[in-house]
Amino acid sequence: MTRELWKGNEAIAEAAVRAGLEAYFGYPITPQTEVLEYLSRRMPELGRAFVQAESELGAINMVYGAACAGVRVMSTSSSPGVSLMMEGLSYIAGTEVPAVLVNVMRGGPGLGNIAPAQGDYNQAVHGGGHGDYRNIVLAPASVQEAIDLMGTSFELAEKYRTICMVILDGSIGQMMEPAQMPEMRPIQHKDWDWATNGRMGKRERRVLTSIYLDPVQEEKTNLRLLSRWKTIQQTEVRYKEYYLDDAEFVIVGFGTAGRVALSAVRRAREKGIRVGLLRPITVSPFPVEAIEQLIGRVSGFLVTEMNSGQMLEDVRLAVKGRAPVEFYGRMGGVVPFTEEILHEIERIAREPLSVGADPREEWYERMRGLR
Amino acid sequence: MVTTVSNNLVYERPEGFTESSTHYCPGCTHGVAHRLIAEVLEEMNMIDKTIGVAPVGCSVFAYNYFDTDFVEAPHGRAPAMATGIKRVLPDRIVFTYQGDGDLASIGMGEIVHAAARGENLTVIFINNANFGMTGGQMAPTTLPGMKTTSSVKGRDVETQGYPIRVSEMLSTLDGVSYCVRRSLHDPKNIRLSKKAIRMAFETQARGLGFSLVELLSTCPTNWGMTPVESLKFVEEHMVPAYPLGDYKVSEAIKQVKI
Repeated sequence: MTRELWKGNEAIAEAAVRAGLEAYFGYPITPQTEVLEYLSRRMPELGRAFVQAESELGAINMVYGAACAGVRVMSTSSSPGVSLMMEGLSYIAGTEVPAVLVNVMRGGPGLGNIAPAQGDYNQAVHGGGHGDYRNIVLAPASVQEAIDLMGTSFELAEKYRTICMVILDGSIGQMMEPAQMPEMRPIQHKDWDWATNGRMGKRERRVLTSIYLDPVQEEKTNLRLLSRWKTIQQTEVRYKEYYLDDAEFVIVGFGTAGRVALSAVRRAREKGIRVGLLRPITVSPFPVEAIEQLIGRVSGFLVTEMNSGQMLEDVRLAVKGRAPVEFYGRMGGVVPFTEEILHEIERIAREPLSVGADPREEWYERMRGLR
Repeated sequence: MVTTVSNNLVYERPEGFTESSTHYCPGCTHGVAHRLIAEVLEEMNMIDKTIGVAPVGCSVFAYNYFDTDFVEAPHGRAPAMATGIKRVLPDRIVFTYQGDGDLASIGMGEIVHAAARGENLTVIFINNANFGMTGGQMAPTTLPGMKTTSSVKGRDVETQGYPIRVSEMLSTLDGVSYCVRRSLHDPKNIRLSKKAIRMAFETQARGLGFSLVELLSTCPTNWGMTPVESLKFVEEHMVPAYPLGDYKVSEAIKQVKI
């Protein structure tokens, strides 16, 4: 296979097709729209289902229906559109059917803008829809990684009958990079023992629902979801480590923020600063154990995000006050430059770090100084 | 006096039903509507390949009563969910069962666009002029002046708007093949309702596009009436506001002989 130049959004679409996507339902929203446009041509060409829905509400409920029928299905959207889908996501979670949703994140809140951002981390990782559930959330940092994770996202969703979200910021959706596509995989019609696809003379009827009027039954469902989540936490954590072997300082960043941090890490290494990068690929389940392994070995952490410190909370929970945690973020669709993160690395290598202080407060003060 | 008992079976549970008893209030016509659907699916030999989509409302538990596969949609989203199912399983029969709060209020976007796309599905729309499950609040279909728990002095059209006539509205869409309104207030109209439900499922089975049957229905509990009074209310007040009739029957369906 050769490497070709792929635009992120089109790459996601084609990778999903090659992973056996049987149905796609979506709605236009920048910076995600090319996924919809690409699949409006590609899916009918292959005889697969495609509908441009009337809204994100419509799209996610079409996904819900097709998921109940037991096929590989996905939708894609961007931040405001994903907010509209939260109702459907909660129902999908409560019904325990597999579905994939890609969020090509943009600046917010509200209408915000169409520039790359990571402000939807909390929505994706810590809920979003109502009720008690967790999503698997994958965060690629390049077009190639986004391609590779599409197949993974379907496999994880089906393995655990859960939602798998792929969150990438608008820059990965919009930029073109050389990347390699996987081979086209034939659609595998799995005979799920839960799918409502008609009795067809073979079995008793099936019902898929998210309603449990009896609180005891609902709690049993909550416990079932939780027990599945425990398994996911134990077996599905994915992350990448860079220069951690001898690292004195560790940057933690996902997606584009992690990728920019890697450039900064390399520059800092040239200057003799022993710094490494931990880049979570599953931001949910969060790589807690990977951070645990670093405790006692490193002098401090620096979390970099394109938001005001959302993953920061998960890093602090994992560190549990046993090492200093610093923060640097840009918001509103601003992507940090390598130099900015390098500057932060030099600062933490130079200044004494405190464990007790609130890193967000200190970052906020530094940000105000920039104004 | 000698009583003779006939051995002729005149009434039994249709095959399309499970053994469950319904939870509906006495005098509510949901049970009648359910039975008509079950009879039609049985007559068309389609129980085995039918997937129902239940709404949010009194019929949220419709899936307990039909012996078919069923899913339970978020409030108003049944036509979108049904679209997702039908698009990936085009040889199955897919129907939604929705009340007026579900279809004509929160789900207006989903129903209009499913109809506009000409989705090959069947919608059974129960119009009883109020939100039943939450205790009788005003619905988009509530008649002017009608008292509900959220229009206690009667629906004031100046501040609470006018009723929506769903069948008339949807019949203007090119994607709609079969769209009729019937009523469940007496045996004659129940028989006509059944014929319409049959025609709606025939429309889908023949791949002729979107079909909808609106059924004027009772809600004695929330209307504060006896079952008999509520049937009279449908006849005297609902039918004049929501005229019965065929709002759209495409040329292809006119040729269908049952």
